[in-house]
Amino acid sequence: MTDPVVKETAPTEKVGGHKRLERNVTLLAAATLVTVAIGGIVEIAPLFWIDNTIEKVDGMRPYTPLELAGRDIYVREGCYTCHSQMIRPFRDEVERYGHYSLAAESMYDHPFQWGSKRTGPDLARVGGRYSDEWHVQHLIDPQSVVPESIMPTYSFLSETPLKVADPAANLKALRRVGVPYSEDQIAKAESDLKLQAEEFGDAADLATRYPKSQVRDYDGDPSELTEMDALVAYLQMLGTLVDVNSAAAQEELAQEKGR
Amino acid sequence: MQAETALGRVGLWFGVMLLSILAVVAAKDSGFAAHATIISIVAFFLMCFSAARFDPTSNARSFFKMPEGPTRYDDDPVRWGVIATLFWGLAGFLVGVLIAAQMAFPTLNFEPYFNFGRLRPLHTSAVIFAFGGNALIATSYFIVQRTCRTQLAFPGLARFVFWGYQLFIVLAATGYLLGITQSKEYAEPEWYVDLWLTIVWLAYLAVFVGTIVRRKEPHIYVANWFFLAFIITVAMLHVVNNLAMPVSLLGAKSYGVFAGVQDALTQWWYGHNAVGFFLTAGFLAMMYYFVPKQAERPVYSYRLSIIHFWSLIFLYIWAGPHHLHYTALPDWAQTLGMVFSIILWMPSWGGMINGLMTLNGAWDKIRTDPIIRMMVMALAFYGMSTFEGPMMSIKAVNSLSHYTDWTIGHVHSGALGWNGLITFACMYYLVPRLWKRDRMYSLRMINWHFWLATIGIVFYAASMWVSGIMQGLMWREYGTDGYLLWSFADTVSAMFPMYVMRALGGLMYLSGALIMTYNVWMTLAGKLREEKPMTETPYDEDADRPVPATLPAE
Repeated sequence: MTDPVVKETAPTEKVGGHKRLERNVTLLAAATLVTVAIGGIVEIAPLFWIDNTIEKVDGMRPYTPLELAGRDIYVREGCYTCHSQMIRPFRDEVERYGHYSLAAESMYDHPFQWGSKRTGPDLARVGGRYSDEWHVQHLIDPQSVVPESIMPTYSFLSETPLKVADPAANLKALRRVGVPYSEDQIAKAESDLKLQAEEFGDAADLATRYPKSQVRDYDGDPSELTEMDALVAYLQMLGTLVDVNSAAAQEELAQEKGR
Repeated sequence: MQAETALGRVGLWFGVMLLSILAVVAAKDSGFAAHATIISIVAFFLMCFSAARFDPTSNARSFFKMPEGPTRYDDDPVRWGVIATLFWGLAGFLVGVLIAAQMAFPTLNFEPYFNFGRLRPLHTSAVIFAFGGNALIATSYFIVQRTCRTQLAFPGLARFVFWGYQLFIVLAATGYLLGITQSKEYAEPEWYVDLWLTIVWLAYLAVFVGTIVRRKEPHIYVANWFFLAFIITVAMLHVVNNLAMPVSLLGAKSYGVFAGVQDALTQWWYGHNAVGFFLTAGFLAMMYYFVPKQAERPVYSYRLSIIHFWSLIFLYIWAGPHHLHYTALPDWAQTLGMVFSIILWMPSWGGMINGLMTLNGAWDKIRTDPIIRMMVMALAFYGMSTFEGPMMSIKAVNSLSHYTDWTIGHVHSGALGWNGLITFACMYYLVPRLWKRDRMYSLRMINWHFWLATIGIVFYAASMWVSGIMQGLMWREYGTDGYLLWSFADTVSAMFPMYVMRALGGLMYLSGALIMTYNVWMTLAGKLREEKPMTETPYDEDADRPVPATLPAE
């Protein structure tokens, strides 16, 4: 390159430096692959083995079959395109949405739903903030409860019966990727799905498998299990599992090494 | 084509059709059944196609108005790619304008299939992967043949890549409307569509590398480095980010292998480098061929291209965590992402400088050649958005800009300004050459396109800056009483005028693309518009007098 005289290099002549790469597509491709692989290896791989990436907290459990069905609807409708589920540790966000989000709170989220845009408010801790009736009305016609809202209507949810081809298969697929569902939970997936949306369902029984689970008819229509039941059940449990303000958790964090 | 081969093909497509009909019957959900139906329809048509004639290319040639006669290069897939680029571009821009309007006027949502949440991935995938992807495939086929002085290796495979990629687009797009998504931004298609794309992509790699291996030039031209890096890296990103566990082999639903924080970083490692390698490296490759060609000047600096190539591809990969500032991602990863994002500014500008300086000695063409004008504006927008990006990746700035429309504005100044304009310029370069016409139907229409697009982008970016920063400030504004001043709903209603302006900007951009489509259409039809030349600047003795020699020399 530094040579001002352009020389015609014969194919047999040895070429060094960058010219070698420019003449050998295998070398060029290999060098490129190595170059682009480094960043990901250094940044992503350690997240799988550095212990304090996900702090240990009490209360996290896998989703119930109904919550999971609701979450699948949340994903299907692309709610993540407008709603985040990740509260940042700023005064205004903590006051507006609640305690900042912990890594552990999304440890069973396949895939994560942190979102990237807040056209609507954050939903990480929306559970229990509004009544079921409000959610149902809001999903059917958002502008009827929030006039300024630009959210689309989702009235079809309350008319669509919830169809999950095989609730146990969903749980099994999740177990294969690391969510600790027990045999008991998988065996009872089908009945748990129905049980959780029953008006007078056996809450104590479900709580043995899924602590802090809420059992009731969510959409105001006990006669039918609809997609609205599932979605509201999911929304109402968001952020309710972990007691983020428990002193014990903070003290345990202080004991942690390697920070 | 020989009769036996034709019979074999008919049998093959019949088999595919039968299999997909079985999949329709056995499908676990309606979405998967719909996709299997699409496959069986495609297979049915291909079966009829193979059966109807032994020489299927002759009819395709007349449909795409292919010029007759032997050519030095295998340009049929390039011509298809140009048409596909225009078609998907229009579709993507149209959906973009629609969802922009939905944000100003929510009554434009039609549940369930045309709600914002389902249309948004349709828009992003249509413009990035359908419009951008087809432009990249077409231009890479064009460039690699010319810079290697050879024809495409594996012509059959090259055609499979083109049509296989269109099938991927159709499956992805219909999937979004049907609610088939894995909710990972820019990687929404489900597991079986991802597998299909992997096959197509490896075939693309084989065609591209195969062509380089056959080259009659000792050196591999710089544009091909960028294409190679783009193809290899996208393959790596696509495979890792889409690792998923299907619930059933006969159903659309799957759950990703990663969860929570690891999934978030894997996704944005992918997402940011979809920008870095799909929309930057690939498009820089287009720039490195078409800008020198159109300007008829050599590339400014060979050494700069080496430095900025290696530093760009090395640094881009690290920048992903800046999408996750102040989240539950560990601090060290956020900081690392921020630092590398800021360093990334330099190699990005290396590309811009190399492109702009290539015009040394040809700057006068900006006055007379609207294609050059478009290329210069594209490089200018590339420079602006690669400055804005590192700035927004600074944590303090990001605390304000994240989650707001500022991000949307930033993305669009890059996508509409850089990717869009450079693609349009390349298409204007390619169309007359591919269809063997003297020139485009109208040069003045190119100029109209240029101004509509540019003003549209300004409307878009400016309104999103205002709404983004306003949104960010309103969210964190406290009153004298120590309480938050605005409810979330207040901030939403404050956005209305900006959302209208943004939709207007998008509409202008779309109208520019419509003018382009008409222009290309007429060029393909073999027409030339009678029009005045772009600039008539007659010699003016007073204005054009040479610089007096008495002035002190620099």
